[in-house]
Amino acid sequence: MTNTRPTSMIRIALVTAILSIAAQDGTRDFAKLKGAVRIDGSSTVYPITEAVVEEFSKIAKKVNVTVGISGTGGGFKRFCVGETAISNASRPITPSEVALAATSNIEFIEIPIAFDALSVVVHPKNDWVKSITIAQLKAIYSAGGGKSWKDIDPSWPDRAITAYSPGTDSGTFDYFKDAVLGKEGKARADMSVSEDDNVLVLGVSGDRDAIGFFGLAYFEENKDKLRAVPVIGSSGVAVSPSAKTVHDETYPLSRPLFIYVNGKAAAKPEVAALVEFFLDQCDELVTEVGYIPLPSATLAKVHANWSAKRLGTQFVKDGKQIEGRFGDLFQ
Amino acid sequence: MAAGVISTSRRMLSNRVFLWSCLAATMIAILLLSVLMVSIAIEGWSSISWRFLDSFASRKPAQAGIKAPLLGSLWVCAICGLAAIPMGIGTAIYLEEFAKRSRLKRFIQLNISNLSGVPSIVYGILALAAFVRFFGLACADEPWTLGDPESLFFIQFPFGPSVLAGGLTLALVILPIMIIASQEAFRAVPPSLRQGALALGSTPWQVVRLVTLPAAMPTIMTGAILAMSRAIGEAAPLLVIGGFLLVFQTPTNLMSDFTVLPLQIFNWAGRPQADFHKLAAAAIIVQLVVLISFNSVAIIIRQKLQRPLQS
Repeated sequence: MTNTRPTSMIRIALVTAILSIAAQDGTRDFAKLKGAVRIDGSSTVYPITEAVVEEFSKIAKKVNVTVGISGTGGGFKRFCVGETAISNASRPITPSEVALAATSNIEFIEIPIAFDALSVVVHPKNDWVKSITIAQLKAIYSAGGGKSWKDIDPSWPDRAITAYSPGTDSGTFDYFKDAVLGKEGKARADMSVSEDDNVLVLGVSGDRDAIGFFGLAYFEENKDKLRAVPVIGSSGVAVSPSAKTVHDETYPLSRPLFIYVNGKAAAKPEVAALVEFFLDQCDELVTEVGYIPLPSATLAKVHANWSAKRLGTQFVKDGKQIEGRFGDLFQ
Repeated sequence: MAAGVISTSRRMLSNRVFLWSCLAATMIAILLLSVLMVSIAIEGWSSISWRFLDSFASRKPAQAGIKAPLLGSLWVCAICGLAAIPMGIGTAIYLEEFAKRSRLKRFIQLNISNLSGVPSIVYGILALAAFVRFFGLACADEPWTLGDPESLFFIQFPFGPSVLAGGLTLALVILPIMIIASQEAFRAVPPSLRQGALALGSTPWQVVRLVTLPAAMPTIMTGAILAMSRAIGEAAPLLVIGGFLLVFQTPTNLMSDFTVLPLQIFNWAGRPQADFHKLAAAAIIVQLVVLISFNSVAIIIRQKLQRPLQS
């Protein structure tokens, strides 16, 4: 008895010491943080950031976080001159944006946070489009594209196509253009365009001959009014949009979403705390707002990159955008 | 005789046709407005509560509120009014009471008329360069600051996307309207009043201060109401200067980040969930109430000022 007491006391002391080190190291005292963090960028990423910032603001009450929705390009314009600490992006940074950041001496950390999948949608009573190839989508949406469904596939009825699309300034359209129309492709002039995805939902759900596309989150919200068409990519297999098909990158129309953190700002405790909170809460909140979380292997790389404060982008090299699968490129 | 009777009845007929078409024109406007108001009231009324006014934004419609955009709108509009109304009246006084007929005056006049037709988003671009970035003279991530960031008197250069920059941006938007309305007010003051005062030995400044300005003030206030109504509804120029959408703090000084009601309404109305559309309608009701209370202050000022001239 007399023997064990000192050892157990030492043990307790040791455990307390370790715990207190862990507490200093692993968790921050959010309530004591102060300052302002400005975020701007993609409206596609906004719902995720909104959820994270809302939860962050509950525990770090003195940190004034503000979020804007200037679009990916608009957000980078401000980020690359140092006006914002974090930029939301629905695509990797481009070579010209990297160059702009370099002229303003802005360094940044690139952090993928989730996947977004475009869903191609038709009216639920459309019984002819069982699946669609990228080439067929291109034939529908290209300038001077098919006027009738029969023009796209001879087995489809001879009915006029009404094409719906998100606004041509949106990151969603940018992505669709890259993935479907090609870099030089031009979109047809007679499609119905709206910045408001809700208008697209209304349009397609009210017209049997309509086709449209937008983020998977919007489709999930309106499952009862629309039908998502399985898409045939280079693999030749029709794939429906889902978490599984997005993760293994078999669904052809999915893309990673990013946040970019200003290197100088990342050294500030309030910004670092927000980014770490972002990474910790990301999975749960991403699912809640309708996007698809990163696979655990990718998330581990993201954590490692953040701890090492790895600067720069992995998608631009020697002033050129690198092409390829996100899963292969991102290290 | 017979011809005269026919022509009278025809004249009466055309009189009635004119009367009814004018009434119809009025009714169409009123009908559209009331359809809009009633539909918004039905959709949004249930969402209005003290909690709605006193909460910050949220991704959950049941917890979302408009504290930040409401106070942001009040700050920005107050700054806008303080900047644009005196400047507008001053410009009008110069142009109507002091400036001689010259090429310069005609040039200024032409410019003001043209500026009142410029889309507000263009002013946003101008303000982004001038107020938010100071034409790139200072580094955006290391602004030059004066005072404690948490105190009321904190100032930084460049202003950044702050309430001060936002208020000045809206002031630019409404300045031409304000100037033109004030000019009309001064023109409507009978020249005999001015001449009488001058004949009694008043200096031109005394004439303006004691005679023309008080006489013109009620009409100027009507112009100010219209101008401020425009300012409180603007979203585009504030979006351009980098007005934020999600803000979890109310402004504490002129350099605070802000959001405004039109931005919040625009965002909520564009979301897929129907519950957010209800919140957008509720925010529109709040915005209308704010607008009406702004206007009633101006109307009270107008009533107060009208009295001395009538007696």
